[in-house]
Amino acid sequence: MKVKLWGVRGSIPTTGPDTDKYGGNTSCASVVYDDHVLVLDGGTGIRQCGGACSANKRIDILLTHLHLDHIQGLGFFSPLFDPSKEIHIWGPASSSQSLFSRISRYLSPPLFPVLLRDVPCKLELHEVSNSVFDIGPFRIQSSYIIHPGPTVGYRVMRENFVFTYIPDHEPALGSHGMIQNPKWVSGYDLAEGADILLHDAQYTKEEYPIRRGWGHSSIDDAGLFASITSAKHTLFAHHDPSHSDAFLEEMLASFKLTSDVSVGLATEGFEIELA
Amino acid sequence: MTAYEIEIILNRQLADCLSIPVFITDTVGNLIFYNEPAEQVLGKRFEDTGEMPVEEWSTVFKPLDNDGNPMPPEELPLVKTLSDQYPYHKSFQIVSLKGKKQPISVTSYPIISRSGNFIGAVAIFWKQKLK
Repeated sequence: MKVKLWGVRGSIPTTGPDTDKYGGNTSCASVVYDDHVLVLDGGTGIRQCGGACSANKRIDILLTHLHLDHIQGLGFFSPLFDPSKEIHIWGPASSSQSLFSRISRYLSPPLFPVLLRDVPCKLELHEVSNSVFDIGPFRIQSSYIIHPGPTVGYRVMRENFVFTYIPDHEPALGSHGMIQNPKWVSGYDLAEGADILLHDAQYTKEEYPIRRGWGHSSIDDAGLFASITSAKHTLFAHHDPSHSDAFLEEMLASFKLTSDVSVGLATEGFEIELA
Repeated sequence: MTAYEIEIILNRQLADCLSIPVFITDTVGNLIFYNEPAEQVLGKRFEDTGEMPVEEWSTVFKPLDNDGNPMPPEELPLVKTLSDQYPYHKSFQIVSLKGKKQPISVTSYPIISRSGNFIGAVAIFWKQKLK
């Protein structure tokens, strides 16, 4: 299966030469095998992803949660406006409102001119929680993780290959940080032994304390999570909009001085074949 | 290894910040975490014991009613919460580790996850002043 990253920026899109290398689009990734495609999150990166899905009759969009940087691009995903397409949107269940109702709060006036119920494609919504389900050749596990509001991470499996996608996650929330016992680590089951783990690493160690509870991780906590879960390679993602390419590289270099976990910076346009 | 659901993890993280004794159990009463103030009540350290089966930790306490008579387990708040998944509160006495009677109040509540499932329970011990 081929994994491609279409957006790895956190919070809000960025443009300009300072963030050109790692990219300014917000969260989106795709996983493709044969003629099956999964799109993970609908941040602004999904707009370009839509163009790459033109040959797919069915497209499954898996939303981790409904914060704006994860759904902002949905209205610009061209297959939604193609009546020949069958689009399935999967997202976390809430204890109060339906997924349809919550997505419609964005895809409706005055924020967006077209109502979700009026998009021309064949649209079906599915609510997930701590679930395991199959889409085509993929087996997918979703679990609620620590982030404000209903939020899940996804473990995408095909045969023996695993791609884990947890772009927004604060497993270290607590007075003493992460409890270093797998049973007590949010998201552990999703990431255990993953071939590729994409994980939130928005902040430096110094930035994290004043943003505790916002739902994101420091690069050090992301590295610790990668170590506890024995992920084979981790891509640090959800880059803070104020972090330039040079700053991200400094963060990574500094992290590597104290850790031998296999890591890199998630980069828009990055592709990898897991086979 | 399967991790606990985040509602359990967050309850532990909260308990870890509190200065009152907090016990967290699974759905059948096995003790899966107790915080530092609870260690003083239990006379054991979580670091040493880890999780404890219900048969082991429930015998540590000797609950007495206000007349000093032994209380049946089914009257204890946590046992009631585990039984019907509702919160309870009750004041009674326990015999402390030093053999002294200690009046306490116990509040228990069920942990119902976002998915609506009963996944565990919490008991908070409020110490009362000795008369």
